[in-house]
Amino acid sequence: MGETNAPVLIKAQGVRKEFPGVLALHDIDFDLRPGEVHVLLGENGAGKSTLIKIFSGLYPKDGGKIFVNGQETEIGSPREALRLGITTIYQEFNLVPTLTVAENIFLGKEKMKHWLIDWKRMFSEANALLESLNMHVDSRTLVSDLGVAEKQMVEIAKSLSEQAKILILDEPTAVLTAREIEKLFSIIKELRSQGVGIIYISHRLEEIPQIGDRVTVLRDGALVGTIGIHEGDQGTWIRMMVGRELKDKFPGRQTERGEELLQVENLSRHGVLKDISFTLHRGEILGISGLVGAGRTELGRAIFGADKISGGKIFLKGKAITIGSPSDAIANGICYLPEDRKSHGVVLILSVRDNLTLASLDRLCSNNVINRKTEKKLADEFVLKLQIRTPDLDRKVMFLSGGNQQKVVIAKWLCAQSDLFIFDEPTRGIDVGAKVEVYHLMNELVRRGAGIIMISSELPEILGMSGHILVMRKGRVTGEFSREEATQENILSRAWGN
Amino acid sequence: MSEVSTAATPESAVEVKKKRFGGISMERAGLIIAIILLSAIFGSINPNFFSYTNITNVMRQVSVLAIVSVGLTLTIMLAGIDLSVGSILGFISVFGASQIVSFGIIPGTLIALVAAAAIGAFQGYWVAKFKIPAFIVTLGGLSFLRGAAYVYSNGMPISGLPSEFLLLGSGSFLGIPIPAIIAVIVYIVFHFMLTRTRTGRYLYAIGGNEEAAVLSGIKVARYKIFAYCMSGLLAGLASIILTSRVVSGQPTLGEAFELQAIAATIIGGTSFSGGQGTLIGTFLGVILMAIIGNGLNLIRVSSFIQMMVLGAIIVFAVTVDTLQHRKTGK
Repeated sequence: MGETNAPVLIKAQGVRKEFPGVLALHDIDFDLRPGEVHVLLGENGAGKSTLIKIFSGLYPKDGGKIFVNGQETEIGSPREALRLGITTIYQEFNLVPTLTVAENIFLGKEKMKHWLIDWKRMFSEANALLESLNMHVDSRTLVSDLGVAEKQMVEIAKSLSEQAKILILDEPTAVLTAREIEKLFSIIKELRSQGVGIIYISHRLEEIPQIGDRVTVLRDGALVGTIGIHEGDQGTWIRMMVGRELKDKFPGRQTERGEELLQVENLSRHGVLKDISFTLHRGEILGISGLVGAGRTELGRAIFGADKISGGKIFLKGKAITIGSPSDAIANGICYLPEDRKSHGVVLILSVRDNLTLASLDRLCSNNVINRKTEKKLADEFVLKLQIRTPDLDRKVMFLSGGNQQKVVIAKWLCAQSDLFIFDEPTRGIDVGAKVEVYHLMNELVRRGAGIIMISSELPEILGMSGHILVMRKGRVTGEFSREEATQENILSRAWGN
Repeated sequence: MSEVSTAATPESAVEVKKKRFGGISMERAGLIIAIILLSAIFGSINPNFFSYTNITNVMRQVSVLAIVSVGLTLTIMLAGIDLSVGSILGFISVFGASQIVSFGIIPGTLIALVAAAAIGAFQGYWVAKFKIPAFIVTLGGLSFLRGAAYVYSNGMPISGLPSEFLLLGSGSFLGIPIPAIIAVIVYIVFHFMLTRTRTGRYLYAIGGNEEAAVLSGIKVARYKIFAYCMSGLLAGLASIILTSRVVSGQPTLGEAFELQAIAATIIGGTSFSGGQGTLIGTFLGVILMAIIGNGLNLIRVSSFIQMMVLGAIIVFAVTVDTLQHRKTGK
């Protein structure tokens, strides 16, 4: 339990952070006591990682105050954060795989004897540090030979060698097995007893009672509240995280469900997807929900032929088909809008027109030569239809805003006359206004008989747009709901595996 | 226009206009200005620079570089490269010469061109299917083919070429050297391909963002193989022309040639990062290099110093290009 009388390790008061056109954090109050594990909860985009980055010196704040050990400071850079005793451990480890554990722990602060590295001291001190945390890793081991959990331990040990008093852990258990998690928790408890304060970010609600002392919930960049671990349960936290009204953010839609468009039977991909089965009808939006890593993108890619499947069947309009590559999928009218549109959806360096027509060139060519007039007409048509804001067709897509880039991707597939759309995070990083336009487009598509599979991490979007919802976890379908049955709580609980 | 969002991730649309003079980009304007300026400087030091003899000589000489640079433009634009073109020049020279001696000009040339295309396609296959970096594959090709050229010819030139064949390299048509005419035709054909056909569009897409190209249904491997095949074919064509000029098949032909071709291509604005490059730019790059080489020759600068100048130009041109790109945020 945190000591309530000792000086607070770090305190944020009224902290604000703005990005161009986006208010990422407003009026955040937060504090961390010595020997406390303070859990930070919130949905994707709630502001958790922004706050963390401010604490680690990666972003400057735009308003409010930060106090470290009682003194008001500006954490101007990661190095300054380190100096103040703040270390952050992310999911992507900052270790050098080709060096030993000891070298990594003392990277930049090697133990020297005159000009040369004092290897004896390096290894013995590293071992001592690891032992003090009950970590049994030999400091002579190469980091590349370590498992994920052990790498994490090395990172924690490294932070201690830097005299960290404030440790920030970002989703530490996401990649660990149950036994490794226990190990981690015992290390955390050890750190706690040493007076270290820990900010702990996690989506795994069931773990929190085991190590948390207090819980702070953020939503849409604002502080919802900070409560003691015993003042609430999972239900409380979920309600705090998602309790927004579903206003008219989602255009109402009544569409008749048409004939069967896609049927997937026992689709598997070794190690990634297991026995996925579902049906999609024309006129329907099928929402696919789940946590990061649940396998949703992999499912989309498998249906599109971007990844090879190891088992299962796919039926399109009643006929069994094999999809060996994206061009097969496209020939069958299936298209895929990737999660990461900048690196997978558009060719940034090509123009709006070139991107729009990229999947439809077969139709616009005779003998391999592109008919420029027809191409321009088609491109103009879709720019107008989707209201893509660009000064002209020749503008390189890299200069468009996120929302308009996404519209270019959608237009590309409309141009290609697809009737089965797989949208992967369709409105990620898009402002509210453009989001509504994308939703209208989706409704229009299904009204005209298309079928949509919508993969999304945004619960309101899933609940607002889907006619039918699948929940995935660890490569399997763990829940299925119709629009009427679905609630935020039951989707989340299936996603978290309760 | 401000867009308000509650998402925590920053989304900013960077609007930077690359400077343009009329319809010509700054890079290209710079090239044209450099060409005009240098011509004026060299011409004033030695008026022979502008003589008919000199100009046609330069055209004849630089046609080979020009043709090979087209292939390099294609491969570099795909975010790859073809380092083997110099060695293809050597190999096809001896191989082609012997085929021409044995079977006659037309059949011999055709066989040589098919061989060159096959070599290119083979390298392209390795790059596309096994996903080995083009640098490595074509570096291997460079070494392999140079050795093969020596082995095939026993290290000796191949003579006995029919005299009609020599017309190809040394002849003129309407006062213009035939190699230059061939080079111009090559540029027109490939420029059309790049700018007006689906193949060209796909090449730009693959070079610009291969994953997005895959996800747009483009059969990437096919087009990569095509690009390297063309690179080989063009090197083969250049080799036949050059062989005609030197009147025998030489295994040494084209040593270090790939560097010049890469230089011309990069100076012309093709970027290693892929998806960017035009044949007009490459053409200007070739002309610039020709003028510098010829001009320095006319004022009696040694060819060793010219090598130093070439090195400096390459680094300078790429630096300018990189800084430009950084400003526009790519």
